[in-house]
Amino acid sequence: MSSSSQVAESWISSFCSLLGHEYFAEVSEDFIEDDFNLTGLQSQVPMYKEALEMILDVEPDDDEDEEDEEDEDEDEEDMLGEGDRPTGYRRAGDRRHMRMASDLSMIESSAELLYGLIHQRFIISRPGIQQMAEKYDLQHFGLCPRVNCNGVKVLPVGCSDTPGQETVKLFCPSCLDVYTPPNSRFQSVDGAFFGTTFGCLFFMTFPELDVGTMRVQTDDRMASDTNSASTIINGIPATSRIPLPPQPSIINGVAPHNLAPGLGTGNIHEPRIYGFRVSERARSGPRMKWLRSRPDDINELDEAKRFWEDQEEVLEDEGTEMEEEAMDGQQGIDADEGSAIAASVKKARKAQLNGGVSPMDTNGVGEGG
Amino acid sequence: MLTNVLQFISSRGNEYFCEIDEEYLTDRFNLTGLNVEVQYYQYALDLVTDVFDLDCDDDMREQIEKSARHLYGLVHARYIVTTRGLAKMLDKFKKADFGKCPRVMCTSQPLLPMGQSDVPNTSPVKLYCARCEDIYNPKSSRHAAIDGAYFGTSFQNILFQVYPSMMPAKTQRRYEPRVFGFKVHAAAALMRWQAMQRDDMKDRLQAAKVESGFEEEDEEMESEDELDDEMEGEQVAPPL
Ligand SMILES: [Zn+2]
Ligand SMILES: [Zn+2]
Repeated sequence: MSSSSQVAESWISSFCSLLGHEYFAEVSEDFIEDDFNLTGLQSQVPMYKEALEMILDVEPDDDEDEEDEEDEDEDEEDMLGEGDRPTGYRRAGDRRHMRMASDLSMIESSAELLYGLIHQRFIISRPGIQQMAEKYDLQHFGLCPRVNCNGVKVLPVGCSDTPGQETVKLFCPSCLDVYTPPNSRFQSVDGAFFGTTFGCLFFMTFPELDVGTMRVQTDDRMASDTNSASTIINGIPATSRIPLPPQPSIINGVAPHNLAPGLGTGNIHEPRIYGFRVSERARSGPRMKWLRSRPDDINELDEAKRFWEDQEEVLEDEGTEMEEEAMDGQQGIDADEGSAIAASVKKARKAQLNGGVSPMDTNGVGEGG
Repeated sequence: MLTNVLQFISSRGNEYFCEIDEEYLTDRFNLTGLNVEVQYYQYALDLVTDVFDLDCDDDMREQIEKSARHLYGLVHARYIVTTRGLAKMLDKFKKADFGKCPRVMCTSQPLLPMGQSDVPNTSPVKLYCARCEDIYNPKSSRHAAIDGAYFGTSFQNILFQVYPSMMPAKTQRRYEPRVFGFKVHAAAALMRWQAMQRDDMKDRLQAAKVESGFEEEDEEMESEDELDDEMEGEQVAPPL
C-alpha cells in the first residue's frame, strides 16, 4: 500500500538526489523530530501530518483513520460529481485507486513544501550550516559568473522567505550580488527553501573563510582612476599615486580582505573603443561603476569616524593630524587580532597600494571643464 | 551563400558568430595583414570561400580546417563593426542568441559577446551586459573556449553608439544582504558609500547636462532607502 516500504533509500536522501536538488542539505531526522524546529509550519503546509510522515518515512497508521478520510472524500466527490462524472462505468476499486494516487501526489508536494521550509531553518542551525559549509567547499553551488570575481564560490539563497515568490539564486560574497543559477533545472527550486538569512549568516559564522583573492597584479588599463571622465590613451598612467593611510584590520566587523574583494580598483570593467576609454559623458558611456566600486582606503567605510572627522574639519583646518590620531587609536583596538588576518590585510593593503589612486582624490577633479 | 561558412556558423558551439557576407570575405582589402596571422593562409581562405580543391591527407585537411576557423574568427572581428555586421549582430542580440545576464537585478537583459583583448589567443570570449555594464563568463564550456579576439574589445560599445535606442535603462535596484531581516552592517556601509559615488556621478552628469539613463522608478526608491537606513541603526534595532 505505501510506497515508502518499497524503497530502501529514505525519502530525504532520495529527495536530495533528485535532478535540480543538488543545493539541498540532508536535514537530519533529529532536527525534524524536535517539535520546536517545526513551530508554525503546520498552518503553512496542507496535509501537514501526512507530509511529515512521508518525510520521516513513517508508515501511515490506523486503518480506521484512513477509512474515515475516505468516507469524507466520497462525500465530497458526490457533491462535486454529478455533471462531470465520466459516462463509462468505472468500478469502485478503480476509482478508489485513482483517488489514492492523486492523494499521494498531493501529499508528495506537501512533503516537498514542508521539507523546504524545514530546510530553510535547518541550514541556519549549527549542524545545517556545517553541512552547507562542506557542500560549499566541494563547490556544489558553483562559481560566480562575473569575470572579475575570478571564480569565487557562491551560495544558494532566497530573495524571499515566503514560498512561491522566487526561485533559488546564488549569492556571491566577492561582489555581494545575486545571480540566476546557470542551469535551468534550478529554476523550479523555490528560493524560500534557502531563505534570505542563510547567505550572509554563513560568512558571519565562518569569518576566517577567505571569500576570494584580492587582485594583486596591477593591470594598467584597468587600474587607472575609475572616476575620471576624460578619455586617456591606453597605457598612460592616469594620476600620480598617493600612498594610503594605515588600513584597519577590521572594518564594520569584517576583515577588509573579506569585504567584497571582487570589487574596487582593478575589478571594474572599463569600456573602450579602439583602446580609448568611453567617456562617462557619452550617451552610451559608463554609468554603473559605483555598483562595482569599493574605496581603496577602507577607512572611508568607517562611518562613525568619518562623521567625527567631518565635524573636526568644520571646527578647524587641522584635519590631517586628527585623522592620524584617530587611525592610531583604531589600530590599537584591533592589535590583538590574529596574525593571519594581519598578514592578509597587509597583502590586501599592498594590492591596494599597487592598485592605484583613492577615489577620494579624484572625486570632482577634472570634471570642471 | 558560402556552404562552408553556413556549416560553420550553424554547428554547435558557434552560435555567437554571425554569417560574414561573401563579398566581404572575397575582398582582399578586408583581409589585410591576416596572412601572417594564419597558417596555410591561402588554403584556409580557399576553404572558407568554397574554392578549396587540394588533394591532401586527413592530418593536413584538419590543420587547414583549424586555420580556416581561425581565419573566419579574425575576419569576424572586423566584420561585426561594419554596418552590415553590426545589423546582423543586433538581430542576434535581440533574439538573445548570446544569452541573458545572470545578474538577478538585470532581469534577463540580453548579452553581447566581447573580447578582453584584440590579440588572438590572449583570453576567451566574455559576455557584456549593458544594464550592469559588467562582464560574465559564458555558461557553456564550448563557448568559453572561443577566442575573445574573434569579437574584439570595441564591438559591443560601437553597437550601442550606432544603435543608442538599444541601450537598456540602468537600474539602482540591488540585492541587499540581510540576516534575520536586518541589513548586514559591513555590506550596508559599503553600499552607502557606493550610493555616494553614484550620486556624485549623477551630479557631474547633471552639471554637464547629460542624461543619466536611470529608470524613473529609481527616484521613488531612494526615499524608501533612506527610511530603511534609519531603521537599521546599530544592528540591534527593533524588528520592523
Ligand atoms: Zn561575484
Ligand atoms: Zn547585467
